[in-house]
Amino acid sequence: MSDLLLEIRDVTKVFKRGGVLFGTQFLAVDHVNLSLDRQKPSVLSIVGESGSGKTTLAKIILKLHEPTSGNVLLEGKSIFGTHSNLDSLGYYRTVQPIFQNPFETFSMRKQVDSYLYDTALNLKIAKDRKEARDIITDALSSVGLEINAVAGKYANQFSGGELQRISIARGLIPRPKLIVADEPVSMIDASLRMNIVNIFLSLKKKYHVSFIYITHDLSTAYYVSDYVAIMYRGDVIEYGSSDRVLTNPMHPYTELLLNSVPAVGKKWDRHLKLPDVELKEYQNTACKFANRCPFVQPVCRQNKPPRVQIPGDREVLCFKPVDYALDRTTLSLERETTYRDDLKVNLPGPESLSADGGGPKS
Amino acid sequence: MLRLRDIKAYYQTPGAVVKAVDGVTLDVGENEILGIAGESGCGKSTLLKVLYGSLEPPLKIVAGKVEAELKNEGGKLVTLGPREIRKHWWRFISYIPQGSMSFLNPVVRIEQQFLDAVARKQQFTNKREIHERISSYLKELQLSIEVLNAYPHQLSGGMRQRVLVALGTFLHPEIVLADEPTTALDVVTQKGVLLMLAQVRERMKNSLVIVSHDIGLHYQIAHRIAIMYNGKIVEVGPTERVFEMPLHPYTQMLIQSLPRVGDHKHRQGISGRPPSLIDPPAGCRFAARCPFVMDSCREEMPPLLEIEPDHFVACYLHREPIQPGKGVR
Repeated sequence: MSDLLLEIRDVTKVFKRGGVLFGTQFLAVDHVNLSLDRQKPSVLSIVGESGSGKTTLAKIILKLHEPTSGNVLLEGKSIFGTHSNLDSLGYYRTVQPIFQNPFETFSMRKQVDSYLYDTALNLKIAKDRKEARDIITDALSSVGLEINAVAGKYANQFSGGELQRISIARGLIPRPKLIVADEPVSMIDASLRMNIVNIFLSLKKKYHVSFIYITHDLSTAYYVSDYVAIMYRGDVIEYGSSDRVLTNPMHPYTELLLNSVPAVGKKWDRHLKLPDVELKEYQNTACKFANRCPFVQPVCRQNKPPRVQIPGDREVLCFKPVDYALDRTTLSLERETTYRDDLKVNLPGPESLSADGGGPKS
Repeated sequence: MLRLRDIKAYYQTPGAVVKAVDGVTLDVGENEILGIAGESGCGKSTLLKVLYGSLEPPLKIVAGKVEAELKNEGGKLVTLGPREIRKHWWRFISYIPQGSMSFLNPVVRIEQQFLDAVARKQQFTNKREIHERISSYLKELQLSIEVLNAYPHQLSGGMRQRVLVALGTFLHPEIVLADEPTTALDVVTQKGVLLMLAQVRERMKNSLVIVSHDIGLHYQIAHRIAIMYNGKIVEVGPTERVFEMPLHPYTQMLIQSLPRVGDHKHRQGISGRPPSLIDPPAGCRFAARCPFVMDSCREEMPPLLEIEPDHFVACYLHREPIQPGKGVR
């Protein structure tokens, strides 16, 4: 058995717009490689703005979309293609979703607990309703709810935070190893948001559940995650441990994102130019961020940037991560020297600059 | 500029009366950005509807009044009913809504929507003059003129929201109201739209009232911030002071619950949920969730007191003005 829980191997998803002759192709996910360790449960945040492909990637992991090329492996078994040797039942016992809007997750016409029973019975976790009830009680208690407070009620009788906790409890019923949460707190009030995020941390600790946390909120991503992948127009432009990536970004886009967080205690600088036309960036085969990058060079508009490996399981999709990091005045002298030494060894030679992307990371 | 005096605005439905805004007194000053923060269902959007005079049944103002200083009436303070406010739409007061897609007409080009909404209010001699005014205004806001020919669905969410900012500020209104103008946008676009709003306001020297549940956003652009909880204002003050020294436990907990990049400290949300707006408790509305609750809190709603210059709080923990230089809790 593979020692990876989940392996996203060179996944690409192309959406087509318009007709056969004059239609345009739209690269929503562009050769993405990501993985999650099986032994050590971890939280991987996928961060990006709208249109970065993060939700498409989540849907591929959840088997709601089929990738155009590439594959996703769950515990070494591929989940797409003719060689797929994993049935739906086994898959959804291991991977469970949590969606963005809890009011859309649950129908207003159905009692909320019926979703919990359905999950337990359909996935054959419980033989009958009596056994299911015990499992559900257990799942609800791990998110801080009681079955009597839930049973027989409809979605409109709960607050968004409570519903989202029920949604997490539903996902917990089959005791999954991985939960894919797509913007789980963006619809939740700020005062309750941290309660939900803390549940993720406690589940990771208690039940060894790994999470893929999809968000555009960098501050909760930093709080909850071990690893972070920053996506831009379908590319993972920076990947690494959340501590290093978010406190010391190496890609200019990561820094732009960080500077846009409305953080208390740090005021925004007062200039930002938003792009006018966005569609073109998806079709750009060179660096997609080139038009917005403050450090753009001619080469960025001609070739696809290399995937630069940096020690400590970190990678950046940029021509100049070194120079960029050195240009930044915020970097301390000490950090500068460590990164310079790191990168001297690992910078790709000129011949590899035209190659697109790196191999799968493990 | 605009004053709310003990406003009570209720949704009067046959089954129940929802007291969404229950006794709010608030001033919108000249040349300032006022932020209104609070969780969903605290009445902040209803308060904005009162300010905008956009009251439709079952929403009704049952008590209190809205007063405004109108420049064309010699700066006198006049009481305005909802009908009167509507007469001053676009020129004195304008509104930037949350969902740009439901506000813009999907089958009409942007330019025509400009004409429909604002050009009628202004005296123009011919169509070319209007067109030039609109294009030069868009150029001023660094928007491309191509958007005028586009239909709303052809624009991205951020672009649509910027078009709405342009539309709302085209006639240089004295007050601009923005209801969660960036909720559906991602962080980079959000920053772009908010900075644009702040810059436009800076140039026009008018007032901006911005409603959002994200207090980080208020920290970034608001001059003054009002925290609403369950139909009441619990704290108002200069943004810097409120974040430096939040007085109300609710404000304190809200600020403490915000995670920060670079800080792994454990954060806790506020447990429990706000009381029902149909039958609110007699005392402080936050009493059930407050860690410092006292007996007096449950008996009577604490009044909004000025604790330090321009910094008001409604909490029994703070009954006396504080000495300068002396911190609280």
